[in-house]
Amino acid sequence: MTVTTEVLVAVADLVLGYPLPGGGRREVLRGVNLSLAPGELVALLGTNGSGKTTLLRALAGTLTPDAGVIRYAGRSLREWRRNELARRVAVLPQQLELPLGFRVSELVAMGRAPHARRLFASTADDDRAIARALFDADATDLADRPAEELSGGERQRLLVAMALAQEPDLLLLDEPTLHLDLAHQVSLLAAIRRLRDQRGLTVIAVLHDLNLAAAFAPRVAVLDGGRVVADGAPGDVLSADLVHRVFGVQVDEARTEGGRRHLALHEL
Amino acid sequence: MRAAAVTRQRFVTRPSLTRAGLVLGGGGVLLLAAMLAAVAIGSVGVGIGETASILGRRLLALPIAETWSPAAETIIFELRLPRVMTAMLVGGGLAMAGTVFQALLRNPMADPYIIGTASGASLGAIIGILAPLLVPALAVGAGTAWLGLGMVQALAFVGGISTVLLVYAVARGNGRVPVVTLLLTGYAVSSVLAACVALLMFVSGRALGAIFGWLMGSLAGATWPSLAFAAPLLALSFALLLVRWRRLNLLLLGDDQAAHLGVEVEREKLVLTMLATLATSAAVAISGTIGFVGLVVPHLLRLATGPDHRLLLPASVLYGAALLALADLGARLAGGIPVGIVTALLGAPFFIWLLRRSRDLGRAASA
Repeated sequence: MTVTTEVLVAVADLVLGYPLPGGGRREVLRGVNLSLAPGELVALLGTNGSGKTTLLRALAGTLTPDAGVIRYAGRSLREWRRNELARRVAVLPQQLELPLGFRVSELVAMGRAPHARRLFASTADDDRAIARALFDADATDLADRPAEELSGGERQRLLVAMALAQEPDLLLLDEPTLHLDLAHQVSLLAAIRRLRDQRGLTVIAVLHDLNLAAAFAPRVAVLDGGRVVADGAPGDVLSADLVHRVFGVQVDEARTEGGRRHLALHEL
Repeated sequence: MRAAAVTRQRFVTRPSLTRAGLVLGGGGVLLLAAMLAAVAIGSVGVGIGETASILGRRLLALPIAETWSPAAETIIFELRLPRVMTAMLVGGGLAMAGTVFQALLRNPMADPYIIGTASGASLGAIIGILAPLLVPALAVGAGTAWLGLGMVQALAFVGGISTVLLVYAVARGNGRVPVVTLLLTGYAVSSVLAACVALLMFVSGRALGAIFGWLMGSLAGATWPSLAFAAPLLALSFALLLVRWRRLNLLLLGDDQAAHLGVEVEREKLVLTMLATLATSAAVAISGTIGFVGLVVPHLLRLATGPDHRLLLPASVLYGAALLALADLGARLAGGIPVGIVTALLGAPFFIWLLRRSRDLGRAASA
């Protein structure tokens, strides 16, 4: 294996905040540094309000940095046209109000919008990408269903398929396992991992369950106080000490038979 | 390879051609029938066949022998046809604009007038009605036409467009125009303008009848010149809206997700708002504020065609046009009442019936 120094996404000294109603600003990100090589899979962790979603929105180009720079493929995000970026970066948002009346395949076809070449019709490339996205997201059997009838797990598969139809290089997932039961959490993350392994898709996923993150991602980054306070392999990073510092919760460390570190809550 | 086989599978990604053909073909036939009926029926009856012949000869230059009286031709061509075509144009334009505003604001209660077009146009029109009465010098100017429009129509057009520009500018903050802010700002500005309208009506004296007639919406004043002013504007906005069908669909997912899918959201919202406002203002300028067409037609069609704008937009134009042509026929037959009364009186109960029916169907389907 050759060692590459290639970088797909680089976040440098990112500062970002929101204006407060009474004037002034609330800084959410206070100097975030993070960079990803193509094909990397990173779980983004941190407390509620630590800026995970803000960072994801900045990476998607929806929020503009107050200071610092985000480079995608070497070019500052500000220089990307929206449509151009949408061919490379796809987002699975935390919540999405699905419009009524569309069936799943029609919504997945919307993921092809940034690639559209014909005014009123889709191309053979579009049809192929849609079929593949449905297959990869395990949503082929949902294709003809009205989207408003889907259960939570099916809905999440639809959203993944929409994002995959964009044929992105970078996939940004904001709490993809929210509202899913354990079986659906595992199968969704396994599918995403498989895509990364087979296609070299680069993935950043905001997750809350630390053990799930450790099982899913070879690399975790922990946000606290608007900065990345830990970044590395879950076995090195996710210690009881860190959990106490960041989340203020006491946990026990245990080792699984495979040697993975496991964090267990004290009894409440 | 299983995956390779799977990618050859085709999925439904657009309204079916059969459905599109039925909806658009049906709309076309309905529109043609409505047009013929509305032109033929009136105080002086002209046969449907004769009407079709006159229209075919004059509009399509078909080689049809003249078997009708010159009077019939004058009635059809100079009196009824401009009115019927104005009704079609206004109905189609309002339904189209309503479709766009319902998508843009993600609000089923949205109609073409929702962010201030109607109140702005009304104020403009009322100023146009009152000014010559208060300042006799203006009476000369009021009589002259400007681009085929009288002063009332011109001021209504300008009033509608400038009100929406004002609302948009006020709602804008940090380079963004959030949907809720736009709606609330539109409501607030409309309220102020409506108060001005009410004040002017209160002091209007003998012009009150004219003002009231305008506010109810009427096609009695339709002429070829005013039609020639509005038609190109409506055609232009229809063409520019139709090519934006994909972006309209994406905006249904919300501003953020539309942006993630490549839409320059703020620019696109402004363009769509202004195109729909252009159509609305052109329609209102030549007919007054006719209600309900722009709210009901997009709703009903969404039940029939689904929400895809590539079919919804052209369908709303066809059915909106047919509906208003028939409503105006009803208004004429009812002794010349304003057509706005007919659309509200018949449209609203029909709308309620349909809402209840689709709700019951939905319940039956999910049971």
